[in-house]
Amino acid sequence: MKRYTAQIALIVALAVSLGISCASDSIDAYYLDIALNVGINIILAVSLNLVNGHTGQFSLGHAAFMAVGAYGASIFTLEASQKLIPLLGGPGTFATGTAFFIALVIGGLCAAICGWLVGMPSLRLRGDYLAIVTLGFNEIVRVILQNTSGDGPFGGPLGLKGIPSHTTFFWVFAFAAVCVYVVASMVNSTYGRGFLAVRDDEVAAGSMGINTVRYKVTAFVTGSFFAGLAGGLYAHLRTTISPAGFDFLKSFDVVVIVILGGMGSTAGVIAAAILLTVLNEFLRDFEQYRMIVFSLLLIIMMIVRPQGLLPSLPFFTRKKSA
Amino acid sequence: MSAGLELKDVTIRFGGLKAVSELSFSVAPGELVGLIGPNGAGKTTVFNLITGVYTPTSGQIHFEGTPVPGKKPHEITRMGIARTFQNIRLFSSLSVLDNVRAAMMTHLKRGIIHSLSRGPVYHREEASVEKEAIELLDIFGLADRLDANSKSLNYGDQRRLEIVRALATKPKLLLLDEPAAGMNPSEKDDLMQLIRFIKERYNLAVLLVEHDMKVVMGICQRIAVIEYGCKIAEGSPKEIQCDPKVIEAYLGVCAE
Amino acid sequence: MEQFLQQLLNGLFQGSIYALIALGYTMVYGVLRFINFAHGDVFMLGAFTAYGLHKLLAGTLAAMPWPVSLIIILVASMALCAALGIVIELLAYRPLRNRPRLNVLITAIGVSLFIEYTGQLAFGATQRPFPELIPPIQVVSAGGLSVSMTHVIVLGTTLLLLFGLRMIVMKTKMGLAMRALSLNPTASTLMGVNNSVVISFTFGLGSALAAAGGILYASLYPSIEPFMGIQPGLKAFVAAVLGGIGNIPGAALGGLIIGITETLVKGYGQSIGIPSGYSEGVAFVILILILVFKPSGLLGKVEREKV
Repeated sequence: MKRYTAQIALIVALAVSLGISCASDSIDAYYLDIALNVGINIILAVSLNLVNGHTGQFSLGHAAFMAVGAYGASIFTLEASQKLIPLLGGPGTFATGTAFFIALVIGGLCAAICGWLVGMPSLRLRGDYLAIVTLGFNEIVRVILQNTSGDGPFGGPLGLKGIPSHTTFFWVFAFAAVCVYVVASMVNSTYGRGFLAVRDDEVAAGSMGINTVRYKVTAFVTGSFFAGLAGGLYAHLRTTISPAGFDFLKSFDVVVIVILGGMGSTAGVIAAAILLTVLNEFLRDFEQYRMIVFSLLLIIMMIVRPQGLLPSLPFFTRKKSA
Repeated sequence: MSAGLELKDVTIRFGGLKAVSELSFSVAPGELVGLIGPNGAGKTTVFNLITGVYTPTSGQIHFEGTPVPGKKPHEITRMGIARTFQNIRLFSSLSVLDNVRAAMMTHLKRGIIHSLSRGPVYHREEASVEKEAIELLDIFGLADRLDANSKSLNYGDQRRLEIVRALATKPKLLLLDEPAAGMNPSEKDDLMQLIRFIKERYNLAVLLVEHDMKVVMGICQRIAVIEYGCKIAEGSPKEIQCDPKVIEAYLGVCAE
Repeated sequence: MEQFLQQLLNGLFQGSIYALIALGYTMVYGVLRFINFAHGDVFMLGAFTAYGLHKLLAGTLAAMPWPVSLIIILVASMALCAALGIVIELLAYRPLRNRPRLNVLITAIGVSLFIEYTGQLAFGATQRPFPELIPPIQVVSAGGLSVSMTHVIVLGTTLLLLFGLRMIVMKTKMGLAMRALSLNPTASTLMGVNNSVVISFTFGLGSALAAAGGILYASLYPSIEPFMGIQPGLKAFVAAVLGGIGNIPGAALGGLIIGITETLVKGYGQSIGIPSGYSEGVAFVILILILVFKPSGLLGKVEREKV
C-alpha cells in the first residue's frame, strides 16, 4: 500500500476538492475568489517550476502559453459548446461540465503545441537566450492578439467578454492536484533524474546518455500544457480576457513565485503561490507600491537567499531498503 | 571495419590552431590502452572527439564499425562509450545514489508513462535500478553514503563516483580522464586494482589518460604518446619508456 | 521612389538609436557574460534626466545658441547616467559576481522593474512632453524627401559616439583592458588589470550611450514616460544578438538592420496585408530567425565551452 501513496493522495485531493466545491455556496464569495486564484497560481507556478526549477531552463514567457490556453478554451466555449452540449445529453451539469473539460483540454493542447514550436528550436541554445526568446514570444503573442479584428473570434485589443463562469473550486483544485501529481511523479523517478542532471551539468548529462534536448522540450511542453489549462480556468473565472492581461508582467509574477518558493522545490513553490496570491490581494490598495516592493524583494532574495525561502523539501522521500 | 574503437587521421582545428593532427590509433575490445603526453598535448580533446563533444575537422572515428562524428554525445554513450572528466563533473545537487541513477536512465525499459502511472511494473523496475546502483556503489566502497550529497564527498571519492556513474551506462569502452589526480599512493594502488577488476568483471575496453607513470605503466597493455596533437610513439610500456622521442618530450629518464 | 528613400532614411535614424542602446548591451555582455535587462531603463532615465536638467537650467540655457545647450544637456545627462550605471552594478550585480548566471539575470529583471515602477511613482504614468532641444529646421525638403535638423543630429551624434567608442576600445589602455577582460577574466587579472574598475567603466560607458540614445529618441518622438525604455530596450537587445553579442561593430550593424526593417514593414506592410501594428513584432521575428539559423550572430564567433 505504501507504494501507491502518490495515487492515493491524488484521489483524496480530487475527492476533497469535490466535497468543498459542493459546499462552496456557504463560503464567502470573496474568500472563494482568493482561493480560486491561489489554485490557478499553483498550477502556473508548479508547471513553470518544472521548466525553470527542475530542468534549470529560464523561461520568461509562461503568460504567453496561459494566453493561448485562455483564448483557446474561451473561443471553444463561446463558439462550439452550444453545438456540443445537445450531443452530450442536453443541458445539465454533466453536459456543461464535460464541455468545459473539453474546452480546457483544448486550450491546454493548443498551448502545448505552441510550447513545442517555440521549444524545439530555442532549447538548443544557451540559457540566457531562452529567456529572451520566451520574452519575445510573450510579446509576439500579445502583439498578434492585439492586432486581431475587434469583431473576430479573438476580440482584438478589448479581448473576449461574456465567457460563462464555469470555473469552480473543484475544477481548479482538481487540475491543481493533477498538475502537482504529474510534475512530482515525472521528476521523482529514475527517469526524472534526467531533468535534474540536465539542470546541474548539461555536458555531463549528455555524456551519461541523457538526451538533453528531449528532456528540455518535454519539460517545456508539459509546462506549457498546464499553463494553457490554467489560462482556460482563469478565463472562465474572470469571464473577460484581453491581451494586456498576459504580458511580461504576468510572466514575471509567476517567476517571482517560483524563485521565492525555491526553484526545484514543488512543495516550496506551492507554499509561495499561496503566500504571494494572498499578499497580492491584501496589497491591492497599494498597487503603486506592489511592483516596487516585489522587484526590491527579488533583488534582495537573489543576493541574500537565492535558494528560495523554502528550499528543496523532499517531496517523495526514498524508502531506505534494508 | 573491426570491433572496438578506431581513429584514423583525425584532425581538429580551432580557428588557426590544430589541436589534434592526423591522429590514428585504436583500442581493441577488452584492451587497456593509455594515452599520455605533456599538458596541452590534446589528450582531453581526443576524449571530446570520441564522445562527440567536438566534431573532427577531418579524419574518421569508428566504434564497432559505426562512424562516430556527427552523432550527439548521448547517442555515442548509447553506442557503448562512457567517460569521466578531467575536472570532476558530478551532478552537484544530486545525492551519490541519484548521480548513478541518472546515468542508469539510459537503459530504462519503462520511461515517462510509467513514472506517471506508478503501477507495479514501475515499482519493479525502480527497485531493480536501485539494487543495481547500490551494487555498483558497493564495489567502489560508496554504498554507505547513498544519500549524501555528491559534493560532500572527499575528492578521491568524488572521482570514484564519477567512474561508477560512467559504469552505470553499461559501456563497452570506458574513457578515464586522469582518474588518479589528487590521490595519495595507496589510493592509487587501490585505483589500479579497481580498474583491472572492472575491466575483467564488466568485460570493458579502457582508454586511460593519466600523468602518474606508475599507474600508466602498471596497468596499461599498450600506450600511445601524443605531443602537440600528434602521435609520437605507440607500443608496450617497456617500449615507450625507452623511446628517445618520448623521453625528450615527456618522460625524462629511461627506466630499467 | 522618394517614398522608399524616405522610409530608408527613417529606418536609418531609428536604427542609429537602437545601435546606441545595443552597444551598451553588447559591451556588458562582453565583459560580464550577462544580459543587463535594466539597460533599456537607463535609456528612459537619460531622457528624464535631460528633461529635468532642461527644467532646472531653462533660464541659463535660453541665452545660449541651441547647439551649445544641446551639448551641455547631452553631456551632463550622459555623465549622470554613467554614474547611475556604475552604482547599479556596484549594488545589485557585484555581490553576485561568482553566482550562476541565472541569478544575475533574475536580479537584472528586478532592477529593471524597480526603476520602471519607482519612475512611475516619481514621475507619474502620463506622458510628458520632451523639451525642444533641437529647433524644427528642415535640412532637406525636396521632392518627397524630408530630413530635419533633428534627424541630422541623431545620425551625427550616433556616428560621433560610435567613432569615440571605437577609439576608446582600440586605442586606449582601458579599452585594451576591456578587450582582455572579455576574452579571459582570469588571465587579465594576472596581467595587472583591475577587473572591478574595468567592469565599472564598461557599465558607465554603456549607460552613457543608452542615455544619449534616450535623449535622441525623445527628440524624435517628444513624449516621455517611465515605461518608454521597454520596447526600444528589447529591440536593441535583439540588435545586439543579431550582430553577434559581445561584438561592437555587430551591435551597430544589428541596430541598423532592425531599424530599417521595422520602418519598411510599418511603411509598406499595409500594402501586402500586414497591419502596421505588427511592426512591433518584427524585431522578435528577427530574433527567432537568427537564433535558429545563426545563434552566434552575423559577426559573432561561436563560443566553445571548455570540457
